[in-house]
Amino acid sequence: MYNGSKVLVGLGLFFLIVTVPFWLGFGTEELAPELDLDTPAIAQLADKKCIEPTGVMREEHMQLLEQWRDQAVRMGNRYYEASDGTVYQASLQNTCLDCHSNKSDFCDRCHDYGKVSPDCWTCHLDPEGMEL
Amino acid sequence: MRINRRKFLKAGGAATLVMGVLPVAQALAEKRQSGEAADVKWGLAVDLRACWEHQQAGCRECMDACHYEHNVPVGQGSKEEIKWIWSAPFKEVFPELEGVWEEDLANSAALALCNHCDNPPCVRVCPTKATFQTKTGITVMDYHRCIGCRYCMAGCPYGARSFNFRDPRPFIDKANPSYPTREKGVVEKCNLCAERLADGLKPLCVDVCPHGVLYFGNLKDPQSEISRVLKDRFSLQRKAELGTRPKVYYLL
Repeated sequence: MYNGSKVLVGLGLFFLIVTVPFWLGFGTEELAPELDLDTPAIAQLADKKCIEPTGVMREEHMQLLEQWRDQAVRMGNRYYEASDGTVYQASLQNTCLDCHSNKSDFCDRCHDYGKVSPDCWTCHLDPEGMEL
Repeated sequence: MRINRRKFLKAGGAATLVMGVLPVAQALAEKRQSGEAADVKWGLAVDLRACWEHQQAGCRECMDACHYEHNVPVGQGSKEEIKWIWSAPFKEVFPELEGVWEEDLANSAALALCNHCDNPPCVRVCPTKATFQTKTGITVMDYHRCIGCRYCMAGCPYGARSFNFRDPRPFIDKANPSYPTREKGVVEKCNLCAERLADGLKPLCVDVCPHGVLYFGNLKDPQSEISRVLKDRFSLQRKAELGTRPKVYYLL
């Protein structure tokens, strides 16, 4: 191999640079965020449960919100029947945020951890940021 | 079994016929279904002269209520004004009637809002179907889909659509927590309070009008308030000659 040592050093450097995020984070531990469920509305609930089981909400809330968006805005069907038969208004601001009025300690903690930035809040108002 | 040329061609012809007729039959069936569902067509009527007189006395109840309810930004200057329901001189609302009316009426304040046309040009030109017509005949927007191309603004002959040139939030004095705002780069318009109609309420402007000069109801129901008032009184539609078939009527 011509210039074998230089090529190998270059390959090694390349490998180091590409994997630098792993080396920088090595040994540090990023804990999964604790969600804050302590809001006045939730404290008043007799039966502390979300509209669907917690696991479903955790994994599929984004699909549910998209379904709500389409059914409320485009079909004009503004109510959602949950799997337990309860009917809720299909509204992010009027249903979700009624209980989860602490967006920064509920929505944002997970979204920041997962490095996702949903663009809901450019239009939808959260009760914490109401002063605009 | 042997297939000869003749049988093959016959089978092919029959298959082509079925394939051609099926979609047409399906489309017709769908149209019939949606026709049955649409037994509601909302309309609104403004008592022109009475509204003008109360506006002269300073009444702005419907506009203020609408702007708060829907987080409509106020005070961006006339070029960037966001209009849901607004007041304009009669001669601008009915320019085609120039010369027909006395001078005092020409400058009187007429209430204007989206006409919720039966044949809405804004819906036809929207490339993303962000603007669409509901089954009850209201022209509404899905702001999630709006790309801000402003074709609808060019298409609307009534100036009922406004573009957010800037972030509207700094121009909202007091926000209504139960309704979203819009963002920079989308068009917005009156939605005839689709969110209230879904709950069986009347549009807010009609409900809050302290003088009862706004009428609302189902145009397809001959017993509704609006059908009766339209039967009793002479009414105008804005630029009816354009064929947009507005569903906002002005009673004289």
